[in-house]
Amino acid sequence: MPQSLVQIRGLKKSFGSLRVLDGIDLDVAKGEAVCVIGPSGSGKTTLLRCINLLEPYDQGSIKVDGTEIGYEEGGSTRKRRSERALAPIRADIGMVFQLFNLFPHLTALENVMLGLTKVRGISKAEAKDRAGHWLNRVGLSDKLQSLPSQLSGGQQQRVGIARAVAMGPKVLLLDEITSALDPELVGEVLSVVQGLARDGMTMIVVTHEMTFARDVGSRIIFMDEGRVVIDGPSRDVLANASQNERLKSFLARIEMKH
Amino acid sequence: MTYHFNFNFVWRYADKLYWGLVLSLEIALISILIGMVIGLSLALAYTGGNRWIRSAIAAYVEFIRNVPLLLLVYLVFYGIPSAGGFAYDALTSFIATLALYSGAYLVEVFRAGLDAIPKGLIDAGKAVGLTPWQRFIHVRMPTMFRIVLPSLSNVYVSLFKDTSLAYVIAVPELTYGANWIKTNTFRVIEVWIVVWPMYLATCYALIYALRLLERRFSLVRR
Repeated sequence: MPQSLVQIRGLKKSFGSLRVLDGIDLDVAKGEAVCVIGPSGSGKTTLLRCINLLEPYDQGSIKVDGTEIGYEEGGSTRKRRSERALAPIRADIGMVFQLFNLFPHLTALENVMLGLTKVRGISKAEAKDRAGHWLNRVGLSDKLQSLPSQLSGGQQQRVGIARAVAMGPKVLLLDEITSALDPELVGEVLSVVQGLARDGMTMIVVTHEMTFARDVGSRIIFMDEGRVVIDGPSRDVLANASQNERLKSFLARIEMKH
Repeated sequence: MTYHFNFNFVWRYADKLYWGLVLSLEIALISILIGMVIGLSLALAYTGGNRWIRSAIAAYVEFIRNVPLLLLVYLVFYGIPSAGGFAYDALTSFIATLALYSGAYLVEVFRAGLDAIPKGLIDAGKAVGLTPWQRFIHVRMPTMFRIVLPSLSNVYVSLFKDTSLAYVIAVPELTYGANWIKTNTFRVIEVWIVVWPMYLATCYALIYALRLLERRFSLVRR
């Protein structure tokens, strides 16, 4: 197995008395597109948010490209990195959100440029070129000067993807990026992600789109009650779904919704 | 007995009204600038502070909001200097009063604005790799100001009207000028007939300018 880009060991996290992540072990290799599926409340989104420490975790370790993300470990002590120290680490981990979270006062172009100029320190002219390139790539070359409020949900999400990818992240985290979209807009967003997967972008994708999980994801992780229940190649997992009661009932529920 | 309108006296001393209006605007502008610094600093301190800081800020806000502005004007101009054994001029005193007064209202406006910033935007700022200071400058502040702009407009306009209270401590602003002309010429009605539209027009101009600003910075472009 190639060396893993993302390495998670024994990850535990509780909200009060509720254990949300109950000992997650996960390795993601470079260029792999891993789809995380599972019922609501199974901990998928929390897992994703722990990877760039939008959510602090209680125990365990998360390494991206060999760097321990959120905590500095020294002997028996475990100290959370300061927000300032986290910033450059987070810049290497792209994230796309369910509700887009575009900066509402900035145009599409400026949304993508902000991280490039302020975090990467790239000149304005170069950042504009790069942002324009990525917005063009997601099919929005005619919307560069639009504010988020002038864009449809699908367009906003594509700006969100461009904003994350333009930073040149080592890994891209996608958190149910089509859940808030009208059905007819889902396709345009998924095809962008498909393109990125083909280019070899390492991705961890939390999704409810089973066809997407099968066609794009090289691997499926099925989570339930804070644990990884099944982990395997996408086609195998879905083909053998009937052998696992929990996965079977989850897929049946999804089926009914769509 | 019939009353004969005579505006000649008013025109003769028109410079008192003109310069009075200019001073009113200056007072409002300086007070609002200081008030915004007070309001924003305390709103940030409140949002990030512990229980003691929050209580102290809440006490300041409640004290100012529950005391009539006129009493505050007297308190700052007469009360504090006589208790402290020092003096300052009326203009400084009034600007300080109005700044403290608007600051208290603006704490609430800014605090509501900071609370209304969607959490997802802060997450997005973090995910892009912005430092806390960069998130403050490029995400929190611009979003917050756009959210509070309509409420700010209200505070600005009332604050401009409140400058008329400075006349009680003899700051030569517009109302003081009007009062001076009235006392020296006894043309009461004429003076107020001229001064009333001056306030009205200035407030309208302010409101219009602030609307343009709101439209320019609206998060929703039509």
